[in-house]
Amino acid sequence: MNSTVITAENIVLMQQVSDRLKKDFSRHLKERVIEAILFLAAFLSVFTTTAIVYILLKESWIFFQHVPLTDFLFDTQWTPLFDDAHYGIMVLLSGTITSSMVALLVAIPLGTIIAIYLSEFAPFSVREIAKPFLELLGGIPTIIYGYFALLFVTPLLQKIFPELPGFNLLSAGLVMGVMIIPYVASLSEDAMRAVPMALREGSYATGATRLQTSLRVVVPAATSGIAAAYILGISRAVGETMILAVAAGMQPNLTFNPAEPGATITSFIVQVALGDLPHGSIGYQTIFAAGLSLMLLTLVFNLIGFYMRKKYREAY
Amino acid sequence: MTEKTMPETQLPLKAEARNLSFFYGNFQALKNVNMPIYDKRVTSLIGPSGCGKSTYLRCFNRMHDLYPGNRYEGAIDFHPDHTDLLSSKVDPIEVRMRISMVFQKPNPFPKSIYENVAYGLRVRGESARSVIDDKVEAALRSAALWGEVKDRLNEQGANLSGGQQQRLCIARSLATDPELMLFDEPTSALDPIATASIEELITELKEKVAILIVTHNMQQAARISDYTAYMYIGEMVEFGETDQVFIKPNKKETEDYITGRFG
Repeated sequence: MNSTVITAENIVLMQQVSDRLKKDFSRHLKERVIEAILFLAAFLSVFTTTAIVYILLKESWIFFQHVPLTDFLFDTQWTPLFDDAHYGIMVLLSGTITSSMVALLVAIPLGTIIAIYLSEFAPFSVREIAKPFLELLGGIPTIIYGYFALLFVTPLLQKIFPELPGFNLLSAGLVMGVMIIPYVASLSEDAMRAVPMALREGSYATGATRLQTSLRVVVPAATSGIAAAYILGISRAVGETMILAVAAGMQPNLTFNPAEPGATITSFIVQVALGDLPHGSIGYQTIFAAGLSLMLLTLVFNLIGFYMRKKYREAY
Repeated sequence: MTEKTMPETQLPLKAEARNLSFFYGNFQALKNVNMPIYDKRVTSLIGPSGCGKSTYLRCFNRMHDLYPGNRYEGAIDFHPDHTDLLSSKVDPIEVRMRISMVFQKPNPFPKSIYENVAYGLRVRGESARSVIDDKVEAALRSAALWGEVKDRLNEQGANLSGGQQQRLCIARSLATDPELMLFDEPTSALDPIATASIEELITELKEKVAILIVTHNMQQAARISDYTAYMYIGEMVEFGETDQVFIKPNKKETEDYITGRFG
């Protein structure tokens, strides 16, 4: 039987339903306005990203018409503002990599240990006090860390290594590591706390200790979140500017020795952007080429992070 | 169903709760429970939700120690060495080395099938590959899972079906040769076929080990257990041989619950 047959009876019913569904103009308008606002908000972020990439690519394109790509990649000097100009990005990249490595050697072990302690060992009262303090550490302006590195950590290190120069990548890297700890610790801790209690109970019920449960069950179960925390830490290290500009010396120097001064991609951009370079000069264009390299570098890490999250995502 | 070759008084005891009370903070969840657990027998705990049967079960492996504010009173005398499981002098880790547990929801670790079963051996410091290999295989065979997983021991435990996961968890808690196994509603998250296989497994396991099981399902208690305890609001109302409790309960409350007049 066809139940949608129209009879005198249900035509009245249908009338009533359509009365209630009738377009209410003001309600309709309000919906459309809100939709438009939401769309604009979403569009703005996409537009900004696209615009940044466009400008970086356009200006870098001009740069690469003057400087061959092979020079950019393989030259061992970075002297874009000298008469005898060289454009070897490796020089800045070495500073970035060295200082980031030092920072990560501090931040990843310490951040992970703090996260394990806070998530698995700390009593409730300790966690309630320690976590806000930890997150406060992440809110300190990086310029303060920079001066802390230059005026406190470097002199301290010079007592141990007397030949250490006043500006060096080591001190800047160490302090940068301290700055990154909260990001690594806080995100890792969130990931570990999200591991269901049932998994911990299963481990304890098997006779495991607290440490065994933390390291063998909770950390593996939280791998994807912890990996994301590390990737964020790496991105912060690679993109950090002020600490390196203040404490590492801004001297382009192809070295992987943290005891030497050096410039990073970011500190070079600060240095040049603060100077009075004529718009359109080749020195001005180097900012964009350096910026593009930085963006590609962080893009690579984000892709690695994305891949790791997908690979290690646990279904519990 | 129940072996009645030995009279009850001569059956070896595995554990005995004596005046066991338990408190969540100020709330008393168990009130003076006295109950024997016989070795190589299945004892089931039945009763309405919130009656304290899971709370009681979790006293045996000191699971309550994991959360602050919990307190035990009384004792659980564990045979043959008469260890008081609840004594503060007894390390809960030692207790859990002897008493294993299977949970309501399968909770395989984020590890391979092999490593899930080997977990208990590894936390006990066993590192000899040959010993672990043998124990893992034996445990998986006892859990009736070996045939299904022997070719994929390196796959993640979470890739198995729900019933297989629960059997994996049973294998995990078997691999360490426990003296008493606790089951907290092990089939409540499973379909009828998986439930039947777990029930069959429990019946086979009792040849080796004492079993204490919480169940919501009275038919299940009747099918698999030798002894049944009926609990209500933290008290042990009746304990007896399963046939007697189900056919001819001594207490009116038990009869009301079993016949479905209440609960």
